[in-house]
Amino acid sequence: MAASQTPTSPQSAPLVPREPFLTKRRAFSIVGLIIFLGFFAIPIYQTILLEMVGDTGQLMQQIVIGLTKGTYIAVIALGYTLVYGILELINFAHGDLFMIGAFLSLIFISLFGLDPKTSSGLTIFFSLIAILGLVMLCTAFLNAGIERFAYRPLRNAPRLAPLISAIGMSFVLQNVGIFLGDGLIWGKAADALGSDALERVSTAMGSQSVAPKNIPDLLPNGQVFFIPDSLKYTYKDLLVVVVSLGLLAGLYSFVRFTKLGKAIRATAQDRDAARLMGINADRTISVTFLIGGALGGAAGMIVGLYNGTALFTMGFTAGLLSFTAAVLGGIGNILGSALGGLLIGLILALSDQYIGARWSNAVIFAILVLILLFRPTGLLGQEGGQKA
Amino acid sequence: MKRFLSFSLVLTMIMVILAACGTQTGGTTKTTVTIVSSLPRTGSSKGQTDTIVNAIKMRLEEAKYTACDGNVEIKYEDLDDATAAKGAWDEAKEAENANAAASNKDVMVYIGTFNSGAAKISIPILNNAGIVMISPANTYPGLTKDGKGAEGEPAVYYPKGTRNYTRVVPADDLQGAAAGNWAKELGVTNVYILDDTELYGKGIADVFAATAEKNGIKIAGRDSIDAKASDYKALMSKIAATNPDMIYFGGITQSNAGQLVKDMRAAGMTADKVKFMGPDGIFEQAFIDAAGADNAEGVYATFGGVPPAKLEGKGAEWYNAYKAKFNAEPEAYAVYGYESTNVALAAINQSCASINRETILKNVFATKDFDGVLGKWGFDASGDTTLTQMSGQQIKGGAFEFVQVLK
Repeated sequence: MAASQTPTSPQSAPLVPREPFLTKRRAFSIVGLIIFLGFFAIPIYQTILLEMVGDTGQLMQQIVIGLTKGTYIAVIALGYTLVYGILELINFAHGDLFMIGAFLSLIFISLFGLDPKTSSGLTIFFSLIAILGLVMLCTAFLNAGIERFAYRPLRNAPRLAPLISAIGMSFVLQNVGIFLGDGLIWGKAADALGSDALERVSTAMGSQSVAPKNIPDLLPNGQVFFIPDSLKYTYKDLLVVVVSLGLLAGLYSFVRFTKLGKAIRATAQDRDAARLMGINADRTISVTFLIGGALGGAAGMIVGLYNGTALFTMGFTAGLLSFTAAVLGGIGNILGSALGGLLIGLILALSDQYIGARWSNAVIFAILVLILLFRPTGLLGQEGGQKA
Repeated sequence: MKRFLSFSLVLTMIMVILAACGTQTGGTTKTTVTIVSSLPRTGSSKGQTDTIVNAIKMRLEEAKYTACDGNVEIKYEDLDDATAAKGAWDEAKEAENANAAASNKDVMVYIGTFNSGAAKISIPILNNAGIVMISPANTYPGLTKDGKGAEGEPAVYYPKGTRNYTRVVPADDLQGAAAGNWAKELGVTNVYILDDTELYGKGIADVFAATAEKNGIKIAGRDSIDAKASDYKALMSKIAATNPDMIYFGGITQSNAGQLVKDMRAAGMTADKVKFMGPDGIFEQAFIDAAGADNAEGVYATFGGVPPAKLEGKGAEWYNAYKAKFNAEPEAYAVYGYESTNVALAAINQSCASINRETILKNVFATKDFDGVLGKWGFDASGDTTLTQMSGQQIKGGAFEFVQVLK
């Protein structure tokens, strides 16, 4: 542990010993970068910049779309960062937990019988809040259960073992998603119990378990009143941002200002030392997974409602983006992950507009490589906080 | 004494076994021909392939699983070329199916594949094995036609130099062109073209683009999508800024066509302002389910044939029989599954004198003026059907409705 901070005063900024900026390795990468930019990229930048200046309205629109997407990527990224921070485990199952969150919200929405055409706005509003709570509760305990049975027994095993276990859990959850998405099973249950609510779930899932499911469009689609019509920004977008930012702020203040949050930070820094200070490490880790799971479930519901689709593979795609966001911002660092999420959302949208949708994934990873060249620990990552 | 007893016991056993063998080889003169189909049986193509397999079984049941006046016994194996993890067809799985077919000497007809990309994998394997392929759904032109696909196609798929691949559906060069002409008829002036980077999707979008340009339709832009992306809001905002009156998507339901339409509507491109058209890859109920009926309303789809309910003559009889038997509507490709089996059985019946892969292959390719459920048709030298009839569909009231026959 190279950390110079102590568990009792972790709020203070880490005192990372600064190495001289121009090391030999850096000098090489800078020269390489200049050659790359000079020969290949400048003509591209020029056209892109001209395009951006030429239509600022469209540029603003894409920035807004990108940032909105970025906020929910950030919420998923937090799940990766929390678990990595405390266990140094890349929890591959987190993306799939997010997917389960989307499926659960579709199930609850159908059980409640919510329909954008018939239900009143007030019913939808309160039901959605209740459903958000339910989904977060379910995924929180699911995540804690996964930790208890798939990761805890391997805690002192070589580091690869829990990693493989996490990949395994990811596949297990995908299959749970396929199972939950099977309308025929729900139909049978509905027939057996004579329940209309279950029948609605069956209809929502359709006859093919692995096909994309349509989540009803329950969020308000009107233009936000204080934003001029030239910029398309609906209450739906606003809600996604507000709920996501609320979750981010809630988590940040929880980890920073509460006793339990302090215990989490202490355990993350040095589990054994934390134990010596009287912190119950197992309980603290369980709490971390509970929180991570709740965030994953909430993100699943937000994204499900926002994009209107639940699909059993959606966790893999979203997980990859969010994990990248966490690494970009500095995995293990909450604000870093949030920043990484916003950046990735922004880059995706701008790349879709100015470079071409087919290149967007390549652009993201190119930028990730560039940033890691200069800051191997991510944008806000602390070298001292990483236990290599 | 004891030794003699055991010796005679062994001797009798050997004789019994020999006698049993004798009756087996002497008594049954039945030859077995196995027909296999390799289709994506897992994933969202399952709805389509269920009805194709139903149709194949239906035709075989009509023939009582025999050919050549009962002298040939037909077996059928329903192979899956998709994996649950992918939810769509998979290269390794298709190769596995083709190799299994090649190594089983009873397999003489291979009905498949459903996806053109999968056919690229299995054609060379089966070409070496000399097994005839009859595809009920592949429409990528490069599989059979010179100069219509990538460089080197289609020769790269036929390592033996002879052809073994046929299809009962018209290829995309016809469908893409029909879509381009239909767009013109619908009064489209400015079209944005998307594809899913797959063989089928990109191929058909290329043909569409060429035809649209020839018809004087302005092309607002061209892009490829990441079929796994969670949404296309940014892309749709970009497209909306180019003010198109139609978006053409070369792709299939499984490459996220539903999400595309959702985000297109959310970006303010409603059905009355901007049309959405796709090829037969979105011509299925799964597409409407994925997009949501409200969003899917008004979407156009072309199809390399006529929808089941609009078939005439023998086709109409088949349609009614199918509905009576399975108590469900057949999906668009079911009739092609039926016709593939039909052609295979006809070829087997002409090969009674010597049942082997070579003769059956020769007789499938010799199909001319075949009086099937699709009408009178045949295969040309490259294995393509002589049928060229296409149709256009539109989603109305949450279901695809036949609009017109396209030329």
